Amino acid sequence: MDDLYRELIIEHSKYPHNAGTLENPTVTQEEKNPLCGDQIKIDLAIEDGVITDVRFVGRGCAISQAATSLLTDEIKGKSLDEIKQLTKDDVLDLIGIPLGHNPVRIKCALLPLKAVKAGVYSFLGTQLEDDEDEL
Amino acid sequence: MGTQKDIDQFDILTLRREFPILQQPIHGKPLAFLDSGASSQKPRRVITSLEHYYEHTNANVHRGVYQLSEQATFAYERARGKVAKFINARSLKEIVFVRNTTEAINLVANTWGAANLRPGDRILLTVMEHHSNLVPWQMIAQRTGAKIDYLEIDGDGRLILDDLDRRLQGVKIVAVTHQSNVLGTINPVAEIAARAHAAGAVVLVDGAQSVPHMPVDVQALGIDFLAFSGHKMCGPTGSGALWGRKALLDAMPPFLGGGSMIQNVTLEGTTYADVPTRFEAGTPAIGESIALGEAIDFLSDVGMARIHAYEQKLTAYALDRLSEVHGLQLYGPPTAEQRGGVISFTLEGVHPHDVAAILDTEGIAVRAGHHCCQPLHDLLNIPATARASFYLYNIPEEIDRLAAALEKARRLFA
Repeated sequence: MDDLYRELIIEHSKYPHNAGTLENPTVTQEEKNPLCGDQIKIDLAIEDGVITDVRFVGRGCAISQAATSLLTDEIKGKSLDEIKQLTKDDVLDLIGIPLGHNPVRIKCALLPLKAVKAGVYSFLGTQLEDDEDEL
Repeated sequence: MGTQKDIDQFDILTLRREFPILQQPIHGKPLAFLDSGASSQKPRRVITSLEHYYEHTNANVHRGVYQLSEQATFAYERARGKVAKFINARSLKEIVFVRNTTEAINLVANTWGAANLRPGDRILLTVMEHHSNLVPWQMIAQRTGAKIDYLEIDGDGRLILDDLDRRLQGVKIVAVTHQSNVLGTINPVAEIAARAHAAGAVVLVDGAQSVPHMPVDVQALGIDFLAFSGHKMCGPTGSGALWGRKALLDAMPPFLGGGSMIQNVTLEGTTYADVPTRFEAGTPAIGESIALGEAIDFLSDVGMARIHAYEQKLTAYALDRLSEVHGLQLYGPPTAEQRGGVISFTLEGVHPHDVAAILDTEGIAVRAGHHCCQPLHDLLNIPATARASFYLYNIPEEIDRLAAALEKARRLFA
């Protein structure tokens, strides 16, 4: 229990950073995890190829919500190229919990990455590559 | 087993020892398996039956003229007889072996439904159906132009039947679950069947959550079809049965085409075999169906009435015990009468997935999610629930552990 629900996860799920919506988002992207009903909607503000601001609204398990809170902090100020390079392992490092053995919970943790990438790709006018979809 | 004991002396600890998996620690703690609604554990004798088949009898059925094939055929058909007797069918020709409840319901929707539903006809379901008894009907409705109506539930999760007779007008088939896999509600299917028949409809009962847990007598219920899975009743995965009234089955076109289901095949066309063979295309799950017969022997030796009585006691205890947990919201009928051993709940401030993950670290297995029952969760306005479901091998101590672990989860998120 201590591993999966470290203080960091509990804190971020209870008091998420970047909660809410942006007034004029460049992109809004919504993703759902039908298995457990996790859902998040992320607003991105993009200027000159850089993410200048981000907000999200979501409901779901602590892992999905904490991961979104942590990832939104992480991507602020990053270029779209940098976002494209983000991997599953980056997110797992961010939340710092051992989910490697649990495919169901991995889906929860990676939901925000899927949303951010899908948002960026849709802004860039391209589709998520098939392998990206398999995050 | 084999010895009948009085319910008050239900020797639960001896019974538990017959399930090898329950001896296995999880995260260093004793396993409290509270997810039998999804799939039950298997007693040693069922596992042995499967092993014995593959070691000594394995051969295809109904086609070999050598000893092994004859033995396999005999064992497979004997298992069919056990299923027939278990649910009090009139004839073993009324038993079709399928892989699971879902396949059984798809079979009826695609054969009876395709032959009998016309544009404007109505199909009556309930809002508490799981996807297995919902999606096949939506698919056949789309194909035939039939319309679907849903019976609603009251605040305690019981079906509202006041206006059933009116709702039955123009209905060709009523497909209803015997017991809800989320609310635990046991539906009065005999009453529904009687009223449906008076209105000229046929009745399919989804027995996935009832056949494993209580005596189910298809003649006493007065229904037309019953679908259930073997893996929820101590049998192997890939086993299950559809029971149908012989006259209805006889009139139904085949489901899947292929080997075994034929009488005569020429390049010009095919005539089909009699029931139930007509509905068992291809090589069936022979060993699994035989082992389902063994599971039925096991359950019958314990006694279905005793299993039901024991589970009701457990459920009453659990309802009592869980109502003491702070911030816990229980769904479904508030008392153990008219409900089975399935308790869905939400814990204030903790998502059901997190609840399940925390319980897992204590060795307690529960399900979290919408339990293949998304419309019902939409109706209750919750994205998901956690669910504890009991079977004959569960003990009150496991419910105590569940309650304690829930308190722990609540404190963690407080």
